[in-house]
Amino acid sequence: MNSQVCRNGPAACSSQPLSDESDRASAAASTKGKVMTIDVEPFTLTFRLAVLSTVILFIISLPLSYWLAYSNARYKFIIEALVSLPLILPPSVLGFYLLLAFSPQMFFGGLLERYFDLRLVFTFPGLVIASVLYSLPFMVQPFQSGFKMIPTSLAETSYTLGKSKFETLYRVLLPNMHAALITGSILAFAHTIGEFGVVLMIGGSIPGETRVVSIALYDEVQAMNYQHANMYAAILLIVSFVVLLSVYIINQRVTRNVFRT
Amino acid sequence: MIEVSISKKLDDGAGNLNLCLAFTVNEGELLAVHGPSGAGKTSLIRMIAGLLQPDDGKITVAGQSWFHKEERINLKPQQRDIGVVFQDYALFPNMTVSENISYALGKDHSRDIVDEMLDFMELTNHRDKKPDLLSGGQKQRAALARSIVRKPKILLLDEPTSALDTALRFRMQDYIANIHTQFGLTTILVSHDMLEVARLASRVLVIEQGEVKASGLPKDVLPIKMLSEMIGRIS
Repeated sequence: MNSQVCRNGPAACSSQPLSDESDRASAAASTKGKVMTIDVEPFTLTFRLAVLSTVILFIISLPLSYWLAYSNARYKFIIEALVSLPLILPPSVLGFYLLLAFSPQMFFGGLLERYFDLRLVFTFPGLVIASVLYSLPFMVQPFQSGFKMIPTSLAETSYTLGKSKFETLYRVLLPNMHAALITGSILAFAHTIGEFGVVLMIGGSIPGETRVVSIALYDEVQAMNYQHANMYAAILLIVSFVVLLSVYIINQRVTRNVFRT
Repeated sequence: MIEVSISKKLDDGAGNLNLCLAFTVNEGELLAVHGPSGAGKTSLIRMIAGLLQPDDGKITVAGQSWFHKEERINLKPQQRDIGVVFQDYALFPNMTVSENISYALGKDHSRDIVDEMLDFMELTNHRDKKPDLLSGGQKQRAALARSIVRKPKILLLDEPTSALDTALRFRMQDYIANIHTQFGLTTILVSHDMLEVARLASRVLVIEQGEVKASGLPKDVLPIKMLSEMIGRIS
């Protein structure tokens, strides 16, 4: 489903009558083929990947960050280090090991293919799993901080009022850490949009399946289509800026309203 | 009748404290636990509430074991039928005053009791305010209302007036006295404020270094002469 948002450049989009000069520019652009044609599919694919990864991450991160925030387990730090690993690990390293793990020749990949008829290498589901692992700390860490920011006396009071841990979680803890929930979700969403190394390793560049915006940008640069590359890059830049802007606005609002008990 | 006989080794930051306490509280009594900071008063409250597990011993309330090390009984806070007021109020910031109070009630409780409680605590005009918009005294009254609305077996008050100024502290003490008279709740009040203990307690337990140093009526245990001078200075 390759739709084009802007053919033949800005000159063609203009409602002004074309002058000789603009005619020439338009003609020149046409002769270069699809120089100013931009494929929307990488954007829809990236958006789909980011939404799906964020939803799955939210479901995983809530119990995980709750456990990390409140557990007294002796070896908790091992899990903390594992969750945080993608923060410092080159994405290609994670991608490489996932590529190995998901490969049908290896045990895990072979198992999935044999018993579930599921192949994760160079497929969209594989990309989702890789994204979830890669963006995990970007959601877990804000959630964990959110839980820790809430005075322990709130949860303890709720328990003494006869409320279960689950009821305390959704009626007392979560409503008082909504800023952390939003921040974590936005960061994970944004981080998934900006993925490159992991996607390249595990997904390659299959249009409609694994060719996300960052990969499309890379492909355009490789093909020396700098105008296309610029469009992809500029849109990614704007989206990233808007996302971060919203995170800081939310944080500013929250610091004004911290628990003044 | 509450029977407490517990021991707990605590790491209080400045070294270990061996908490070893044995005492009883009669039904309807207001027992004050008095002592200097770091004596183990708050830990005692937390152990009775089930928020901290003793190393050994037992806690029995009206013949029911809440904690018994040997029999491996340790009821969760949810099963203990208590009301607790913490030093920092611990009101839920996302709920209004009336929502904070009704949160304590189960589905089968009458909601009229919330209105009664708001009226009793003179909070009716503030019922729809979030805790952020309340004064210190109003917050503490809301916390007190929330802790007693279920009519618990025991009311545990951990330094309930320490964050208030002197005038508000006196008013808050009046509320506590009224509640105790009106509802007849067995109450354990932790306080380092001698004057507060003298005003409210029917019996005092003096704790130092994790041990009971003295127990009895306020007039027998507290230095009344010094207190009289203090009261004289205040009045």
